[in-house]
Amino acid sequence: MSEDKNADANEVVDTCLLAGRLMIEGGSEMYRVEDTVRRIAYNSGQKNSASFTTLTGVMISIKGQPVTQFGAVNHRGIDMEKVDRVNTLSRRYGNKELTLNQLKNELEKLDKNLPTYPMWMQLLGAFLVSATMMIIFTQKYDWFDIPLAGITGTIGYLVAFYVTRTTSIRFISDFLGSFILGALAMLGVHFGLGHNLNSILIGAVMPLVPGVAITNALRDMLAGHLLSGLERALEAGMSACAISVGIAVLFRYF
Amino acid sequence: MNYFVKLIIQVVLSYVGTAGFGLIINIPKRALNLAGWSGALGWMTYWVLFEAGSGRMFANLVAGIIVGIGGIIFSHIKRMPVILFNIPGLVPLVPGATAYQAVSSLVLGNFDQAIALLVKVSMVAGSIATGFMIAQIIGEWYYKTQLKL
Repeated sequence: MSEDKNADANEVVDTCLLAGRLMIEGGSEMYRVEDTVRRIAYNSGQKNSASFTTLTGVMISIKGQPVTQFGAVNHRGIDMEKVDRVNTLSRRYGNKELTLNQLKNELEKLDKNLPTYPMWMQLLGAFLVSATMMIIFTQKYDWFDIPLAGITGTIGYLVAFYVTRTTSIRFISDFLGSFILGALAMLGVHFGLGHNLNSILIGAVMPLVPGVAITNALRDMLAGHLLSGLERALEAGMSACAISVGIAVLFRYF
Repeated sequence: MNYFVKLIIQVVLSYVGTAGFGLIINIPKRALNLAGWSGALGWMTYWVLFEAGSGRMFANLVAGIIVGIGGIIFSHIKRMPVILFNIPGLVPLVPGATAYQAVSSLVLGNFDQAIALLVKVSMVAGSIATGFMIAQIIGEWYYKTQLKL
């Protein structure tokens, strides 16, 4: 009898861990991660669960039972589809539309292949962000500079995207992406395709810069998740350094 | 340029830019439109207040509150997590470009400017985050009173 209960608790913690890890990978706020984990455990009949979530790892245990599991989070980003799907699955589980096993299977499926937008649409997104944010941030209406900012921003995003796939160090992709977009923007201005290099660069780095991450770091800290707030702030700061150094190197020597 | 022409340009640009960012961070298709509006809403609040001379911190704080409340409303309409509308809604406001300028002036040796910009980054991010907190508190308070009625 007690053997059976343990096996069940193991399964519950396994599923919670997977859900928590997926949500952190998707860039969810920590209180939402903990809430989802607690709800899955609660709906599985484990009323007393505790979770410890940071940006680099999740630990979940159930009180009164010899079950505690730890899972590492190796790659992080912002992927809203992931957060939404895990949320929907957890809600469906709460409504008894899924069994625990089905929930786990669905989460594993989600982990392996997540629907994303096709590459050309992501590039279109990068183009739109670079082109429009240039004007929004500088508050100067330089319509002439829009194409160059958009195109260099798209190329920078593309480079960073592919370098991320080949290396596990995230800052290299940021550095290379911004270095290449900076070089292209300088060339473009040199050949008269743009006027104001500074505005063009501000627009073009927009798909890469960690503005959202900085704000999320402060949000986590204000919500009391000090550790993950610090981790987010550190990651955002390092990413900002990589991007700025990539461009400043060009300014310093050319 | 006329104030209203500028206003319309700003609305269009912030909507398009936010929706574009939504494509990068993989926002589900059925949330994309409202996510774009969330960004336009926040940016409009900031822009109108800033043009009226309210100062940067206050404008960011109010914009944060508006994006937060908008996110709660949109998430109820679509039955999706709030964060799907909050994060894109932030994009025009967040100090990403300022952070880039700060570190690049640091690298180029303009230390005074770098420190000024870094302080600006943390203060802007802090006011937006505080705005979100206030929006969350308003949301919780609203549901509590709704449940009592």
